Amino acid sequence: MIIAEQKTLAEIQEMVAPYRKILLVGCGTCMTFCSAGGPEEVNKLADALVAENKDMVVDKTTTPRQCAEKFIDRLKDKVGDHEAILSMACGNGVQAVASRFPDKPVLPALNTQFIGVEQEKGVWTENCLACGDCILWRTGGVCPVTRCAKSLLNGACGGASEGSCEVSKDRPCAWQEIYHALKRLNMLHYLKGKPQVKDWPIHPGRVVREDLREIKAT
Amino acid sequence: MSFRQALESGKFLVTAEVGPGKGTDVEHLLKDAQIIKDRVDAINVTDLQSSVMRLGSMAVCHMLTDMGIDPVFQVTCRDRNRLALQSDLLSGWALGIRNVLALTGDHPTMGDHPRAKPVFDLDSVTLLEVIGKLNSGLDMSGNELKGSPDLLPGAVVNPGADNEAALDLQIIKMEKKIEAGAKFFQTQGVYDLDAFEKFMKRVEGLNTKVLVGIILLKSVGMARYMNKNVAGVFVPEPLIQELKKAEDKAQASMNIAIRLIKGAKDLCDGVHIMALGWESKIPPIMDEIGL
Ligand code: SF4
Repeated sequence: MIIAEQKTLAEIQEMVAPYRKILLVGCGTCMTFCSAGGPEEVNKLADALVAENKDMVVDKTTTPRQCAEKFIDRLKDKVGDHEAILSMACGNGVQAVASRFPDKPVLPALNTQFIGVEQEKGVWTENCLACGDCILWRTGGVCPVTRCAKSLLNGACGGASEGSCEVSKDRPCAWQEIYHALKRLNMLHYLKGKPQVKDWPIHPGRVVREDLREIKAT
Repeated sequence: MSFRQALESGKFLVTAEVGPGKGTDVEHLLKDAQIIKDRVDAINVTDLQSSVMRLGSMAVCHMLTDMGIDPVFQVTCRDRNRLALQSDLLSGWALGIRNVLALTGDHPTMGDHPRAKPVFDLDSVTLLEVIGKLNSGLDMSGNELKGSPDLLPGAVVNPGADNEAALDLQIIKMEKKIEAGAKFFQTQGVYDLDAFEKFMKRVEGLNTKVLVGIILLKSVGMARYMNKNVAGVFVPEPLIQELKKAEDKAQASMNIAIRLIKGAKDLCDGVHIMALGWESKIPPIMDEIGL
């Protein structure tokens, strides 16, 4: 799931300052699960904005996903005469909505953080950088590209102390986690594999599936 | 004798290290280097140590070569991608640098520009492979070089890793570094000879040279700071007390270093002394040990 955090109210107010009537749109999937932009957060943010500016009209809605055409389409009758759309989706959703409604300013209410999981109540951690070349089969299901602060591919750096990464005590050293996982799985020999150099992905990413394209064309 | 010749001769190796400062002033640093010039086989020059922005290693290495010192060019993967790393290795060679210490490097968060974009395009192992490749006349993509270096690659290892996983990981990586071409290792600072002996036993069969790292303890505060903040460095309490009680702190610090080097001498192939500005203490320490 994609994890995000709400921007400060001050920044959101700065964004919406030019408008008197806005449509605040929540997202029903990731943003609801990570408590950043679901129906509950939509209500709270609308209340907060109106509390700060009584003249402002904030209409609310939540669509199941802001990153899929068919769900974005459900917004078309609601957008109407709103001067701007304030989106509580991840950056992906914000852009998808912006391209569907090119004549409306679409504003991000959230800061998208990463692809991750809820590790414990109220704590989320990053698990995947979407690097385009998954090596989890060799690393005991722990991603060093993402979870090692240096994205090291060929073993630990020597900076860890008491199992924590040198960058902060609350981040475990990914390579020690890999070590424990491989040991548990009897796969420690994977640590001794040929040194890897990463072919870094070229941004912006683009996936083309000719098989699917052909079907669409016919 | 060059560092490579010293290494091949089988003698007990002595290296030291200088750290360029913030700014262009090199007066002190060159003075420090001059003091130890005739007592060491090589002098390392650190590469933006602790991720603090400073004068560069390559420029200072070049200055040392002008003084007739054989420098070890420390190169980290923190700030340069594979293009810049290869180019700097070639540039270093063109400027007279013959030895390279390949390091991963500290994370930028450790230094004074904590939100700098970390690079880590390569790591210490793949950097060593690249040095070998450049030496063979090819770049990383297999393109031929017109004129190639013959750099002597070295690496680091941390014998003081604080748990079994960390130590196993260090040793596995050390093996990878040797396979990737590392001809010598300089260790993180060692204060516990028993632990160092155990470590050396574990790496006994490996075909390489190990130089034990000795950091001069300049104060009790520094010892406590390292125990808290420097991964893999542990100064045992009795040493801290010895320093605390001593009237002549510098002498006590030298005595500790002398004991450690004497104790480690038969366990490894050399010593890497990190004097941190106390370079003038190195000659008397070596006199005392008979090096
Ligand atoms: S301490 Fe561990 S997780 Fe942190 S940078 Fe080093 S190897 Fe990576």
